[in-house]
Amino acid sequence: MRKPVLAALALLLLALTPPPASAEETPSPPHQQWSFEGIFGTYDRAAAQRGFQVYKEVCSACHPVKHLYFRDLADLGYSEDEVKAIASTYQVTNEQPNDQGQMFQRPARPSDPIPGPFPNDQAARAANNGALPPDLSMIVKARDGGPDYVFGILTGYKDPPAGFNLLTGMNYNEYFPGHQIAMPPPLADNAVTYADGTSATVPQMAHDVVTFLAWAAEPNLEPRHRTGFKVVLFLIVTAGVFYAAKRKIWAAVH
Amino acid sequence: MADTRPGAMSRIIRWIDYRLPFIQALNHELNEYPTPRNLNYWWNFGSLSGIMLVVMIATGVFLAMQYTPSSEAAFDSVERIMRDVNYGWLVRYAHSSGASMFFAIVYIHLFRGLYYGSYKQPREFLWILGVIILILMIATAFMGYVLPWGQMSYWAATVITNLFSAIPLIGQNIVTFLWGGFTVGDPTLHRFYALHYLLPFIIVAVVGLHLIALHRFGSNNPLGIDTKRPQDTIPFHPYYTIKDLFGLAVFLLIYAYFVFYAPNSLLAADNYIPANPMQTPNHIVPEWYLLPYYAILRAVPNKLLGVIMAFGSIFLLFIVPWLDTSPVRSARFRPVYKWVFWLLVIDVIALGWVGANPPEGLVVTVGQIATLYYFVHFLILFPVIGKLERPKPLPASIATAVLQTGGARLGGAGAPLAKS
Repeated sequence: MRKPVLAALALLLLALTPPPASAEETPSPPHQQWSFEGIFGTYDRAAAQRGFQVYKEVCSACHPVKHLYFRDLADLGYSEDEVKAIASTYQVTNEQPNDQGQMFQRPARPSDPIPGPFPNDQAARAANNGALPPDLSMIVKARDGGPDYVFGILTGYKDPPAGFNLLTGMNYNEYFPGHQIAMPPPLADNAVTYADGTSATVPQMAHDVVTFLAWAAEPNLEPRHRTGFKVVLFLIVTAGVFYAAKRKIWAAVH
Repeated sequence: MADTRPGAMSRIIRWIDYRLPFIQALNHELNEYPTPRNLNYWWNFGSLSGIMLVVMIATGVFLAMQYTPSSEAAFDSVERIMRDVNYGWLVRYAHSSGASMFFAIVYIHLFRGLYYGSYKQPREFLWILGVIILILMIATAFMGYVLPWGQMSYWAATVITNLFSAIPLIGQNIVTFLWGGFTVGDPTLHRFYALHYLLPFIIVAVVGLHLIALHRFGSNNPLGIDTKRPQDTIPFHPYYTIKDLFGLAVFLLIYAYFVFYAPNSLLAADNYIPANPMQTPNHIVPEWYLLPYYAILRAVPNKLLGVIMAFGSIFLLFIVPWLDTSPVRSARFRPVYKWVFWLLVIDVIALGWVGANPPEGLVVTVGQIATLYYFVHFLILFPVIGKLERPKPLPASIATAVLQTGGARLGGAGAPLAKS
């Protein structure tokens, strides 16, 4: 029954491949090199810190990162004091009212979630021509294509081809489904000034901010990869021991 | 080997066992339990599915300690498990990938039964209980998929519950009753959570019955012939405990790969977007293990008929023992059925592919042909082949068959068997 099993496996693989996309469909964005790929993948801390800077100075004007707390930033290599300093530049409303029963603003602490640009979705839509800028804390996991897709969107702005009916207020993006995206091109060369002297080109900033967002979406990737490696090693040894024992026990019966 | 006869037990255990013959029962069912000596690795999947059931319940209980089943908080509570609960990511990924592993194992287990005729007399009830377990698993997995309250959760719940609206006259009332409201919403999530916690324990109970039915006549085997003499069997322990353990280690390697290195490859990206009743995703696709049923559902232009056929494709399995008219169990001795079996495997994979893709052009045609074949396979080919096929001669006994292939090394094999 071995051959049919192989044939069935081959078929299964075939079944997993999507049918060829027709020409008019959105092209899939090209693959980029990411530090967090592969079984030993880790987040490039310098890139992620630069990416946080891009998020803070550019993206955060419209997009929240609802699931991130300031304390999480310590993961990116910021010291405790640096995290406190970053947090204190934001004003947040205290969860509890003061003794007079009034809600009040205070500088953020590391234990606070990073506040978004708008108090609610309606305010976000009102400020963005009716479009809702999505939360970015999971964007890399929440889109097919993951980091390559987000990178593709950030770098995929082009002039629309002749005859393309671009609606007012919309922008042409090669990799966005339908090509009509409400977000204007967010990045321009030197939109930020990197402290480490890295040249702030659009692909560089896009790559950095996607590294940051990948971390934001999956902050436990590194412990996951490390634990996985140990578990797999352990299981390979265990399987070997069990196999040897099985051979020995069955020797008399075969 | 340790002497496990009742006489060798300590006095306390003997005292308890005299009043509650639990150890004796375990010894009888797991230790000395006579098992055909020729089981191949396809027989590992029964114990593997039992282990996966335990893994799912264990991880599920820990998730339940941190999860909040309300439409306002469910999505964020899952993210909190992923980010802030110690090893929450591990437990959740073990649970979400575990569902896929569980289904993969159970499907292999089911197809093994189909290949070797494990459903035939006298194991019909064993098979029926297995189909009941499968149905309970599908219901449990579907409700579990709704709990993270992402886009795919919400819309899968909407699509699947809406299937019941196809029932004439009372359909819409049933759907409202299922939802606990006029759309999928907070009450739906609450009840799905309650049922998602309840059903696994019902599965445990049915698995218990499945095991009782199994141990009544013992395992079928690759030759499909009954065990007749003591030489045909070996005690379950240590032979099959060690074989199952080796299989378990290999399976855990595959499982670990998904949990640690590809945890999101089996999940829809859309489910990381919070549920939004105002926005339908482009393609609503169920989890891979439900795709063939989904393909059958969509293959029929009529909604009610589609629903009946999708459900029918599973319920059909109940009568398989009576649809198959062949007196021979194992496909090894059935020259025609052997090939038709693989056609069914290809057919189900094709249905899976169809279910995963938007229903346009070629996908629709393949879906309709594959659906037709699925029913033809069971309703027509099964009874007809059983009648017309000329099976190869069966070996006299398991021991003689093993002797022929095993060669001279079998000289000493009788020794451990003489006892039983």
